[in-house]
Amino acid sequence: MSFIPGQPVSTVVQRIEIHKLRDGDNVILGFSIGGGIDQDPSQNPFSEDKTDKGIYVTRVSKGGPAEVAGLRMGDRIMQVNGWDMTMVTHDQARKKLTKKNEDVVRLLVTRKTLEDAVRQSMMQH
Amino acid sequence: DSLKLLPALHPVNIKKSPQPFAGAKQRRHGYRVHLLWLLVLLWTVEGISQTWDDNWGETTTAVTGTSEHSLSQEDIVRISKDLDDSVGLDCKRYLNVALSVILGLVVFLTPLAFLILPHLLWADRLTACGTACEGLFISVAFKLLILLLAVWALFFRPPRAGLPRIFIFRALLATLVLLFVLSYWLFYGVRILDSQDEDYQGIVQYAVSLVDALLFIHYLAIVLLELRQLQPFFSLCVTRSTDGATQHYNLGQLSVQRAAVVILENYYKDFPVHNPAMLTASKSRAAKHLAGLKVYNVDGPGGNNAAAGIAQSQSRAMIAAAARRRDSSHNELYYEEAEHERRVRKRRARLVVAVEEAFTHIRCMQEEEQKKARGDVMDPREAAQAIFPSMARALQKYFRTTRQQHLHSMESIQQHLAFCITNNMTPKAFLESYLTTGPTLQYGKDRWLARQWTLISEASVTSGLKDGTVFLLKCIDFCLVVTTKKIPYIQLAEEFIDPKSHKFVLRLQSETSV
Repeated sequence: MSFIPGQPVSTVVQRIEIHKLRDGDNVILGFSIGGGIDQDPSQNPFSEDKTDKGIYVTRVSKGGPAEVAGLRMGDRIMQVNGWDMTMVTHDQARKKLTKKNEDVVRLLVTRKTLEDAVRQSMMQH
Repeated sequence: DSLKLLPALHPVNIKKSPQPFAGAKQRRHGYRVHLLWLLVLLWTVEGISQTWDDNWGETTTAVTGTSEHSLSQEDIVRISKDLDDSVGLDCKRYLNVALSVILGLVVFLTPLAFLILPHLLWADRLTACGTACEGLFISVAFKLLILLLAVWALFFRPPRAGLPRIFIFRALLATLVLLFVLSYWLFYGVRILDSQDEDYQGIVQYAVSLVDALLFIHYLAIVLLELRQLQPFFSLCVTRSTDGATQHYNLGQLSVQRAAVVILENYYKDFPVHNPAMLTASKSRAAKHLAGLKVYNVDGPGGNNAAAGIAQSQSRAMIAAAARRRDSSHNELYYEEAEHERRVRKRRARLVVAVEEAFTHIRCMQEEEQKKARGDVMDPREAAQAIFPSMARALQKYFRTTRQQHLHSMESIQQHLAFCITNNMTPKAFLESYLTTGPTLQYGKDRWLARQWTLISEASVTSGLKDGTVFLLKCIDFCLVVTTKKIPYIQLAEEFIDPKSHKFVLRLQSETSV
């Protein structure tokens, strides 16, 4: 998942569909994000490459919609409803996730274990 | 170096050039020059000045081991000191002062003589002195006054030290001034007195030019004597040979003897007083080392050649054996020092308590209370004598433990106590001079030994300091070893920072819950 400027990032992703939970006026998804191109990437505990400025899931609340949908802590979010999340600021990411008129967010997330699983399955054949 | 000056100054070598006005007067001037040169010679030649050096009294005192009375080292010092004081070793100093005063008078009266002599000798033929000429009189008067004040400020100060050899720059300057004034006299004598010049204004201008030039020579004197050595150039490391106390001083370009004087002046205030009682411990340890081994010659006496070889091998064997032997003296030293430290601290605590208690017995009386005096009113000296006995024992014991009992007499302690009481000092301030060893100046005059210093140097003492110069300053039982190092040449580079270039970014890692 290392970022080489000018080259497309290619990785194995998983589709996750989260249904937002309406709690009165608040709409919550049940997780927290960290990272962004305006943040300090060296403080990110989940990234392998400490220059990685992507959006990472830092916390998943127990029993929330995100956990139910299969989101895990440490996932990197690559797309939200078709919007790119690899080159966004922290605030832009938050806005894309919390649009008021959307009830479902479809995320493309990636994690290290996905790639290992794919490689393992490829080796078996 | 004054020795190098000799060939130039030797009177016999001056050749008299044939003058157009050869006459009796010319010859007289020549002999006067010779006499004055002789005087300068007498003053500058080192051989003669050495006979008046400070220590000649010691060589005439015969103290042999066979004398009936046994004298301690301090008695010998006292005897030689008394002799020095009584004989006027100030002979050299007085001669110097006398010569300088004579030179000063000659120099000061010369312009006045230049102005007065035409009036005395051929007043009728002189042109009248107009306004310009009289204006010049005022200028001569004021310049002479300034010169007088400047010379008094620079030269007529009490001397601070007696140096072994002459002060080269002063001798050079005196010679220069003498040469200068004599050449002016020569010119005056030949061109004005002989020909009886009538233009008085020219004569006055000649006198003014003399005074101007004397002021410039005085400027030269200031630069050579005072200003040149102010810029630090050498760093001198001074170590005392007995206990290793070290200090560093930065000095300018001085001759070795002048640097020695500066170092000694600083020695009296920077170095802790020399205490021979503190050195006995290391000496006894060294003696124990040597006494431990005996070497026996097993092979019997050999020939002459063999004897030297045997002696050498013996000493080497001793050193090797001493190195290998399981010496426990380091252990002894460690425990002895720890024990001594503990003892000193205990005595010190007792002393501090005793003094604090003693100080509570007296109280300073205010003005109003003094008027209605009840009981015993004492002045500081009596108050000191009253409270001294209560702390005397603790003080004595402390001095004995720290081995400084010979540095303080009862009289000096009581005087110090009276001083502290007068100035409202606390017991801690009173004790400060006894708990720490202070500089030599703090103790009585008999500890100073200011007249007992000898400068030992391989280079000539009037030569300038150079990098690596080493010289010794020997007092009676210790030595100050001085080494010189040149202060490094510092090359400074510059880096410019634009004040607008100080910019910072915030490095965050925020977490938002969605």
